[in-house]
Amino acid sequence: MRRTQPLLYLTLLAAIALSAFPLYWLFVVATRSNDVVGDWPPPLTPGPNLGENTGRLFAAEDANFLLGLLNSALSSVVVTVSVVFFSSLAGFAFAKLRFRGRNALLLIILGTMMIPVQMGIIPLYMIMVELGWQNRMEAIIVPALVSAFGVFLMRQYAERAVPEELIEAARVDGCSTFRIFWTVVLPALRPGAAVLSLFTFMGTWNEFLWPLAVLEADNPTVQFSLSQLSTTYYTDYTLMFTGALIATVPLLLVFVGFGRQIIGGIMEGAVKA
Amino acid sequence: MLADLQPRTATTSVDPPSAPPPPPRRRLRDRISRIDAKWAPYLFVAPFFVIFGIFGLFPLGYTAWVSLHEWDISGPGGFIGLNNYVTLFGDPDFWNAVLNTVGMLVLATVPQLFFALVLASLLNQKLRGLTLLRMGVLLPIVTSVAAVGIVFSQIFDRDAGMVNGLLGLFSIEPIDWRADKWSSWTAIATMVNWRWTGYNALIYLAAMQSIPRDLYEAATVDGASKIRQFFSITIPMIRPALLFTVIVSTIAGMQLFTEPLIFGQGSFAISGGSLRQFQTLSMYMFEKAFRDFDYGYGSAIAWMMFLLITLLAVVNFLITRRSR
Repeated sequence: MRRTQPLLYLTLLAAIALSAFPLYWLFVVATRSNDVVGDWPPPLTPGPNLGENTGRLFAAEDANFLLGLLNSALSSVVVTVSVVFFSSLAGFAFAKLRFRGRNALLLIILGTMMIPVQMGIIPLYMIMVELGWQNRMEAIIVPALVSAFGVFLMRQYAERAVPEELIEAARVDGCSTFRIFWTVVLPALRPGAAVLSLFTFMGTWNEFLWPLAVLEADNPTVQFSLSQLSTTYYTDYTLMFTGALIATVPLLLVFVGFGRQIIGGIMEGAVKA
Repeated sequence: MLADLQPRTATTSVDPPSAPPPPPRRRLRDRISRIDAKWAPYLFVAPFFVIFGIFGLFPLGYTAWVSLHEWDISGPGGFIGLNNYVTLFGDPDFWNAVLNTVGMLVLATVPQLFFALVLASLLNQKLRGLTLLRMGVLLPIVTSVAAVGIVFSQIFDRDAGMVNGLLGLFSIEPIDWRADKWSSWTAIATMVNWRWTGYNALIYLAAMQSIPRDLYEAATVDGASKIRQFFSITIPMIRPALLFTVIVSTIAGMQLFTEPLIFGQGSFAISGGSLRQFQTLSMYMFEKAFRDFDYGYGSAIAWMMFLLITLLAVVNFLITRRSR
């Protein structure tokens, strides 16, 4: 134990206080009434108004907050399951199976991984018009069902985590390739899949630009609904903060439940949220 | 589940396929398994390529095609070659958006990575409660992104905001954060910095922990100070992580959208303030394509963004690779 320790802890505590304070403030304002939010010094303890604010939030016209929550929950869950499944499937094929054109296909994935998909939103919108999917959740869900980044991540993971002997043994057993994937590979990929699902869930939950383009205010996602609040009710801070708080709770729950895996995933590198 | 499989494979290796099944059935099975081995891989990667091709790659390329046309909500007009780009280069609002985006990118990336580096080296010691500390610095990225915008918009509010309150303690007049370029950029960059510093710190921390300890021991024996060790050992050893974070935050910064949009509030949200003080490129593209329904022009902006991002990524890569 060196003598610098107390100072070190103090600095770290200050850093954590800084990163936690806006969240705490989010909570405090959501439990207060509008008359006191702008006071100086600001109220720093929770008040009694959370219930009332929540009631006003769900009753707020134009925001459709409840529907926004449901839409986001639906799309986040479906997209997460799909991305994890298809990424594992393709990742396994790229890591462990031999086929013509494998390297060329992999190169396409690597090359497009960093390209922001929102660069293509104008034609994407035109496609949705053709399909009649404007203002429908299909428009949010279907294009997000697969992810180049996910395939890349699962390929890296499969390379390390799935032993060749296991696959060979299953083949000798007469297993079909899909059966091998399902019974041998998928279980071995579970830790990688956990990380991918957490990041996909958070990413889908936070998606904003595309929903804003293709959805309308009467069928929003939760972030859309929040932005709707901030345009219509921008003087009503307690209302906006209550919405922001409720929109953050699912992510916080995921974080508390899977914090270790998230940290592990980030620290294993090359994981973006 | 992995453990369950172990005994099964063990028994099969003891019991090789010694008893051949009747020949005809076996031939059929062989054929099926050959077909399976040949086509299964394609089947496995097909879902990705089909969906990504239709909804990812095609729109990207088609954006270029649209940008060469007069094209609005009623459909494609005439082919006008590079006209949209010519207009774009003479469009002050476009250059304003480029300036805003790059300005906020610098204000958001440089402090973010600097503080992440400091935080990582503080965390890279024998500490009690390391997991809790790590989770603490990671709290901001699990905050819903629009929530970040809402909270910081209030904190930076002219009348009710805490920042002006604190400045008031030093007898500084309240600042109208939305009114000017420098102030709105600062407020928006603060949101980005707050959200991503901890995340980058964890990436650096991971890289730092993989540096062999004996490098530091040898340096200590040679009498190198802690600071010297940091610049001569730590920084060079974590260069891949530095490169990764610089490129990722550049790409993300060039697409900045949600934070400034929420910060804008009210009817001037998409234009980034009444004088476009903080309108980013993404916002300008969105305004042109989805408010004015000028798809051709919006696509030209999208492609310029793409080129700028690529350019910046390459420049970053070259700088980070060269500097030793």
